[in-house]
Amino acid sequence: MRNFAELIKTLDSTNKTTLKVEALTKYLQLAQDKDKVWAIAILSHRRPPRPVNTTLLRTWASELANIPLWLFEESYHIVGDLAETIALVIPVSEANSEKTLTQFLVEMIELKAKTDEDKKHYLFENWKTLNYYERFVFCKLITGSFRIGVSQKLMTRALSKATEIDEDILAYKLMGNWDPQKISFTQLILEENEEDYLSKPYPFYLAYAVENEVKTLGDVKDWTAEHKWDGIRSQVIIRNDQLFVWSRGEELVTDKYPEFQAFVNTIPNGTVLDGEILPFIENAIGSFNELQTRIGRKTVSKALLKKTPVILKTYDILEWKGKDIRDLPYVERRKILEKLFTEVSTEKTANNFPLHLSETISFQNWAEVAAERSRAREERSEGLMLKRLDSPYLVGRKKGDWWKWKVAPLTIDAVLTYAMRGHGRRTNLFTDYTFGLWDEEKKALVTFAKAYSGLTDAEFRKLDAWIKKNTLERFGPVRNVVPHHVFEIAFEGVAESKRHKSGVATRFPRILRWRQDKKIEDANTIEDLKGLIAPAPQPPKGE
Amino acid sequence: MNAPLLAFNENGIYCAQAGVYLDPWKPVDKAIISHGHADHSRWGHKKYITHHSNVPIIKHRLGEIEVAGKAWNETFIINGVTFSFHPAGHIIGSSQIRVEYKGEVWVFTGDYKTEDDGVAVPYEVVKCTTFITECTFGLPAFKWLPQQQVITEINEWWQKNKEDGRTSVLFGYSLGKAQRLLKHLDPSIGKIYTHGAIENMTEVVRPLISMPPTIRVTRETKKEELKGNMVLAPPSAHGTPWIRKMVPYNTASASGWMAFRGARRRRAIDKGFVMSDHCDWQGLLSSIKATGCEKVICTHGYTDIFSRYLNEQGYDARTAETQYEGEMGELESKVESVDDVVPDEEKANIKVKPNKNNK
Repeated sequence: MRNFAELIKTLDSTNKTTLKVEALTKYLQLAQDKDKVWAIAILSHRRPPRPVNTTLLRTWASELANIPLWLFEESYHIVGDLAETIALVIPVSEANSEKTLTQFLVEMIELKAKTDEDKKHYLFENWKTLNYYERFVFCKLITGSFRIGVSQKLMTRALSKATEIDEDILAYKLMGNWDPQKISFTQLILEENEEDYLSKPYPFYLAYAVENEVKTLGDVKDWTAEHKWDGIRSQVIIRNDQLFVWSRGEELVTDKYPEFQAFVNTIPNGTVLDGEILPFIENAIGSFNELQTRIGRKTVSKALLKKTPVILKTYDILEWKGKDIRDLPYVERRKILEKLFTEVSTEKTANNFPLHLSETISFQNWAEVAAERSRAREERSEGLMLKRLDSPYLVGRKKGDWWKWKVAPLTIDAVLTYAMRGHGRRTNLFTDYTFGLWDEEKKALVTFAKAYSGLTDAEFRKLDAWIKKNTLERFGPVRNVVPHHVFEIAFEGVAESKRHKSGVATRFPRILRWRQDKKIEDANTIEDLKGLIAPAPQPPKGE
Repeated sequence: MNAPLLAFNENGIYCAQAGVYLDPWKPVDKAIISHGHADHSRWGHKKYITHHSNVPIIKHRLGEIEVAGKAWNETFIINGVTFSFHPAGHIIGSSQIRVEYKGEVWVFTGDYKTEDDGVAVPYEVVKCTTFITECTFGLPAFKWLPQQQVITEINEWWQKNKEDGRTSVLFGYSLGKAQRLLKHLDPSIGKIYTHGAIENMTEVVRPLISMPPTIRVTRETKKEELKGNMVLAPPSAHGTPWIRKMVPYNTASASGWMAFRGARRRRAIDKGFVMSDHCDWQGLLSSIKATGCEKVICTHGYTDIFSRYLNEQGYDARTAETQYEGEMGELESKVESVDDVVPDEEKANIKVKPNKNNK
C-alpha cells in the first residue's frame, strides 16, 4: 500500500503528463505482480463492490473525528470528495502500513459480508493508523470511483512503457470482463490466451468534431457520410453461439437488450458489429429520452420491452469469420457489412429483426453533404459522421479519418435559479447550476435543466462570488439564488417528459454563453421550449 | 438597551462612542487598521492609526496618507474608549484591536494565526467579552502541519527540481506569505529570485526582519541563470507571459487552500504546500476558548457553519456581513494591489487609484 499511496502522491504533485506517465511506469515496473493487476484494475475503474455504504461511512467518520454529522456533511459539500473529506477530518497519523495493496483489496472484498460492527472496527483501525495519503487511497478504494486525474489511456501508455508491449494490444487485453482477484499479471498482460477472447470487444474508434470548414477535409470523393445516431454506441459480438453487447463505457450490457438474442444463429459466429442502440417505436426511431427508460434497468420487463423496443443501427464490422478485419479500408468493411445485412434481413424483416443498417449517403460535393446535415433533426440524428473511404478502424479518439459534424444545437435563454458546489477541480466553487424558464403568465420560473459546463474558469469564479453574496435560501448543499443572471443554454434535442416538472426533457444541456446583456424578463418561457420539440419522424415509406 | 460598543454598518466596523472605524471598506474620517492586506487597509480614509510595523507597509501600498503608528499594548483613548494593538501573528505588523469602554472589552482579530512563523510577532491571547473573529478556514477539514515540516518539504522540492534541471516557481502573496517563505528557504540550495511585486514589498520590510538575499527578475534576467534556482512570485503571475522565462519549471503554491486536491488541480499547479497565515480549525477553537469570551461574531470565511458549531458548543455566536475576503480570498488568484500584476519597470508610470468597486 505504501508504494501505491506514494504513487498517488507523486501523481498529485505534478500537472505534467510526461511526469505522471513516468511515475506510473516506475510503479508498474517495481510493484509485485499481484499489486500491478489491482493497480491496473483500479485505474481502469474496475473496483470491487462497495463494502460499506456511504451513510455509515459518514456517520463513523464524524464519530471518529469527534464532530457532529451535520458538520461532516457541510465539510463534504465543500471538499467535494467523500474519501478526501474523511482523510482530512480524522486526526493525523504518521504511521504507514506494511500491508500490500492486494491485501487491502482482499480485506475489503471480504468486508462486504461482515456485520456493521466488524466493518466499523475495521475502518476505525485503518483510519487511525494510516497516514494522510494512505488513508485517502484507502477511503477512495472503499468509496469506489477512483478518479484521480489519470485516464485509462495514460495508464495504458505507462503499462506499454513498462512491458514494451504495444499500446493498442494492451488496450485490447484490458477490455472486457476480467476479475482482478482471479487473474494473474502474466495471464492478463503477458500471455496469449485464445479462450479469454471470447467476450472481448475491440477498443472503440472515436471521432473528433469537425474543426474547420468541411471543405478543408479535401476531395469529397475520398469521403462517405452517414447520419450520426443519438443512442448508445455499442459493439455486438457473436462468437461460439453466444451474444455479447458492450457499451462504449466498456460495460457488458448484454442482459439489458434481450432483443439482440435474435442475432445468435442468424448472424454467423465470429462476427463483431459496431453501431448504435436506438429505441425503435412504431416503426420510427425514438428519442434518447425514451431510450433512457431502458438504460437504467438491469432486468427488463415484458411491458417495457413492448413499450420501448430497441434496434442496433450498425455501421461497421470489425470481425468477420473470426478474423480481425479492422485494418481493411472502411469501404471494404462496408461491403462485407452490407452483404451480411442483406443476407440476414431478407427473411427476418417481417418479424422486426432488430438489426438496421446505417445507410451511407451519396453526394457529389460538400454542399450536398451540408444539405443532408440540415435534415438531421427530421431523421432523429445529431448530424453527420464523415468517414474516409480508405480508413482502417483505429483505437481510441484519433484525428484525421473520422469526423463528427453535428448540427448546431438548439438554444434558449434561461435564468439561473439554484447552484451547488462542484466536485474534483471545482471543489469549493459553485459551478453546478439549475436553470428556469418562465411559466405562461411570466410570473414564476419553472426549473427545466441543469448544466455544469460551458463557462470559462474566470466566469465560474465571478459567478461563484456573486452566488455567495446573493443566496436567498439554503437547502443543504443547494443554494436558491436571486433570479438575476440570464444564460443561453444549448441542447441537442428536446422531448416531452412526464418525469420532469416542466413536462419537457432536454438532451445534453450546457451553457453556451452568459447573457449579461439580458434581463430576467427577457428570458424564454416553457412554451417557447415546447415549441422546439420536433415532430416524430414519419415511418419510412414503401415498407 | 445601549448601542453595542462595535456595530457593523455599510462602511465598516463602527465604534459610535469614539467615532472611529476598524478596517473600514469605505472612505471614513478615522480608521484603525489591523494589517496591510488590501481588504483591510483601503484607500481614501482621512486618518489611519495602525501598529508601527504596518506604517511603512500601508504607506507603500497607499502612497501619501496621514498615519499614526502605535506600539503593542500602547493604549490610546478616544472619547473615553480605550484602544490598543496586540500581535495577531498573521503577517508582519498585523494586530488584533482591543476596544474597552466602561468595563466591556471587545477584540477584533482582523486576520490571525496561532503558530509562530518566525516573521510576524506571534499571536497573543487577549481576554475579552466579545470576540470578533475571522474564520477563513473554519472547517474541521483544515489542519495545519507544523511549519518546520512544510518548510522541509518545500526545500526538498526545490532540491529535487534543481537536480532535474528545473526552475522552482513558488507562489505566495507579495505581502506576508512571500517573506515567510523567503525567511525559511535554504539559500545553500541555490539563489532566490523574486517577482517585482514581491521584491518591492520585501524591500519595505527588510529593515524589520532578517531574510536571505534576493535577486529581482527583470527584463535583463537570463533564462539560463534561473535554472535550478528559486523564483518567488505572486499567484497572479501564474499563467502570464512573465513565467515563460522560467522554462523548464515546476510550480507550487503555498496556501491553506492547498489542503484541497481540487483547488490545486483547478489552478493547474504542480505541487501544493499546505501553509496558511490564518488559523486552522483547532487554532480558531482554542483561541476563542482562551479569550474567555461569551459572545463571538464571525466576520469572514465559513461564517454560517462556524457560528452554528460555536452555538452548539455553548457560545453566543453570530455572523456579520463584511467585505473582508475570507471565502474567496486566497483560493483564487485575486489581485491584491497594482503591485501584483505590474512588473516593476512599468510601475513607475502608474498611480494607485481608489478601487472603483468599493465606491
